[in-house]
Amino acid sequence: MKLTVNGTDHEVDVEPEMPLLWVLRDELGITGPKYGCGIAQCGACTVHIDGEAVRSCQLEIGDLDGVVTTIEGLGTRAALHVVQEAWIEHQVAQCGYCQSGQIMSAASFLDTNSRPTDDDIDDAMSANLCRCGTYPRIRAAVKSAAAKLNGT
Amino acid sequence: MSQAGKIARRTFLIGSATIVGGVAFGTYLAKRAIPNPLLQDLADGEAAITPYVKIEANGITLITPRADKGQGSYSIQASLIAEELDIDPVTATISPGMPGPAYFNSAVLQEGVPFPAYDQGAVAETMRSFMAVPAKIFQMQVTGGSSTVPDSYIKLRMAGAVARETLKEAAAQRAGVSRTELKTDAGRVILPDGTQISYVDLAADAATIDPITDVTLRDPSEWRLLGKVNAKRLDMVAKCTGTEIYGIDYAVEGMVYASVRANPGIGGDLLSFNASAAEAMRGVQKIVPIKHGVGVIADNTWRAFQAVNAIECEWSAGPYPASSIEMFDILEKAVDNEDMYDHRQRDEGDVSGALERGEVIEATYRIPYLAHAPLEPMNAIARVTNTACEIWTGTQIPLFIRNKAAQLTGLDEEQVFVYVQPMGGSFGHKLEMTHVEQAVELAMAVKGTPVKMTWSREEDMTHDYPRPAAVSRGRGKVADGKVDTFDLSVSQSALTPNWFGRLTGTTIPGPDATITTGSWDQPFDIPNYRVTGYRAPDMVPVSSWRSVGASGNGFFHDCFLDELIHAAGVDPLAERIRLCLDDASRKVLETVGDMSRWDGSTPGENRGRGVAFCMSFGVPVAQVIEVTKTDAGIKIDKVFCVVDSGPVLDPTNFEAQVFGGVIFGLGHAMNAELTYENHAPQQDNFHAYEGMRLYQTPVIEVKALSNASKIRGIGEPGVPPAAPALANAIFAATGQRIRELPLNKHINFV
Repeated sequence: MKLTVNGTDHEVDVEPEMPLLWVLRDELGITGPKYGCGIAQCGACTVHIDGEAVRSCQLEIGDLDGVVTTIEGLGTRAALHVVQEAWIEHQVAQCGYCQSGQIMSAASFLDTNSRPTDDDIDDAMSANLCRCGTYPRIRAAVKSAAAKLNGT
Repeated sequence: MSQAGKIARRTFLIGSATIVGGVAFGTYLAKRAIPNPLLQDLADGEAAITPYVKIEANGITLITPRADKGQGSYSIQASLIAEELDIDPVTATISPGMPGPAYFNSAVLQEGVPFPAYDQGAVAETMRSFMAVPAKIFQMQVTGGSSTVPDSYIKLRMAGAVARETLKEAAAQRAGVSRTELKTDAGRVILPDGTQISYVDLAADAATIDPITDVTLRDPSEWRLLGKVNAKRLDMVAKCTGTEIYGIDYAVEGMVYASVRANPGIGGDLLSFNASAAEAMRGVQKIVPIKHGVGVIADNTWRAFQAVNAIECEWSAGPYPASSIEMFDILEKAVDNEDMYDHRQRDEGDVSGALERGEVIEATYRIPYLAHAPLEPMNAIARVTNTACEIWTGTQIPLFIRNKAAQLTGLDEEQVFVYVQPMGGSFGHKLEMTHVEQAVELAMAVKGTPVKMTWSREEDMTHDYPRPAAVSRGRGKVADGKVDTFDLSVSQSALTPNWFGRLTGTTIPGPDATITTGSWDQPFDIPNYRVTGYRAPDMVPVSSWRSVGASGNGFFHDCFLDELIHAAGVDPLAERIRLCLDDASRKVLETVGDMSRWDGSTPGENRGRGVAFCMSFGVPVAQVIEVTKTDAGIKIDKVFCVVDSGPVLDPTNFEAQVFGGVIFGLGHAMNAELTYENHAPQQDNFHAYEGMRLYQTPVIEVKALSNASKIRGIGEPGVPPAAPALANAIFAATGQRIRELPLNKHINFV
């Protein structure tokens, strides 16, 4: 089975039912996407497929249609994505375990709505669970990132 | 007899260990020096001037032995060392080091003494200073109890200063000048002529001279790193780029993957199992019976999950009551039952006499079992050979793990190596080690091969040693518009002996202070004031949950006080201030009033405002919460939170910890409980147990005061006042007094 992750082509020998999350983590060693619940309730496993946020714990590899971007491919230490910059500026992460998924959700959301209202942010980001309670700073960071995207 | 005399004869339960008249014995043992563990495997040219600073050819390593579970402990420990060492912590390697007795936590037991934290008299302080003794003897390398900063504040700055002065001495000897003529900056010693010698270059020389220990710590006004508002956590960039390696991400070459299923009734047995379907599944390498269950070793975690779930298991019943209904029945029967009496650390005035006459106000409160549910499920990698056991895992208790692994494998403790990894949350969950024992059991079945064992979320939530459920009964009286009598009884299964017994196999005699921590020790002066702990029988095995005893007692104590204040017909904030006997706590209450513009009026139609106070871990915290009653339910609008934990070393992370504490307290108070049926929790994943999500999160304003005389930790104290402030606000908005958590059993939230 073939897939493209962060611009690199891979071939894996796995059953089509294996969720993308476990192909990434245990077959390819790409550990930015996290396992938190396995039932699409926490969002820690969020990746982009052709730019759209998807819960990789629920996508069987056999159903994958598109190129995969994980947090590692969104931006790097040397070339941060605007959402990552905002997360660092606001010092969002505590344990950080949910933040790969939070950032991937925020990046995809801001791609479709670069001028979100507070309610838009609440709606878009409430499917990502954070157990440490970083929500006030997530709100602030999403707003900062949106402002930056709009050049304001 | 003096108070100290009485105390010395008592058996103390001190958070995690007991001393039985053992101070003298302990002092003797505690005076023995502990060797610097970094000296053991030092190469030529390397220096380990203290157990916290290691200098090698490729750079400087700062040892930060208190585990980072998300609270930022690595950053703050590194900053404390770097402040005196004169390096930029970003340029250093940060390592938790190997577990070792040198890294015992002198502060974690301090608030276990039978004095409230606001009592800083000579006797109380002397007793607190003794608590470092059992901490050292019992090798308490433990992260917990909001103790990292109080434990590290002087110790780690001293470590940095000793290393700095020793490096200066090495430079002085080399250059033939006096150490007092030298300066340091950015990892270099600067000679009088401006020549700079890097610390790395001086390491070999420094290793040959005795450390300079006669050092003076810098005044806070000279700090470059600590207390600065622009501080950045050292792990932030990694956590925002997916490159932080947590335990669950760690890889050891040649490792296999595994998962387990243990009896959902914790402690029950596996009577029989049929693994024929699992054995035939792709990637499955071995089925391994373990204590209380069975594990699967496979070539991928998901395959291990699938296979372990395909095993048909026949379980014995869990060794405790089957259902929440039975458990709460036991807790209710234990309240005020003299056979269950455990301790009474507060008894002022004449409570019994006062309650015999006049109108008595009585109320019963309940709190549920709660899972810790950090987002990273429990996991551990273990490799066992005939001569070594290596373990990679995120943990708060590395030495307990080392000792347990030695027992399981039959190896010496020196042959067990625990490599502590960053944690994706804990909230107390990683004060446990059942998952590590399981990983070791699996690794023993495939000797030489590293086994990465991961719990599924379902296994994690159903095998969490939860925050204990509790029942509390308050009785009180008011007179002349004042709270006159306050009598609180709390029943709960014992927490600390249960946990310590599980970790060490040692039973702890004496009372369990956690039953009333957060209620008996509050800084109020009420004419008749009594708090009594009743110890219900052991039921579900339980553990510490962020803020421990205060997580429930903060709710019981403050809500019942609120009921009495309302019965007295006086202002909730003003009466708390009037009753308060501690200056720092009173200032916290007054400040939260100023912040929220509390003037005794209601904030508007269908709106309500509640105040609550709890001192926990020595930190007074007051919160005011504003809510609106909407057609769909209660909306939390705003939280004002004032804290006094002494000087704030990292204001940005401090605020984050308070946000987190408030949200943790509110989310669980609103939404979360574990209920039991057939000995097992009915909530096994986040669809049924989610705490707070972003849409419910209020605006939170935080203010730090520093009138308190001691520096304290802030990971936990934000939690306890959140639930009562919310319940009190709901009462103010609706007239409905909810005495049971979670609140959503009685009212909806939007």
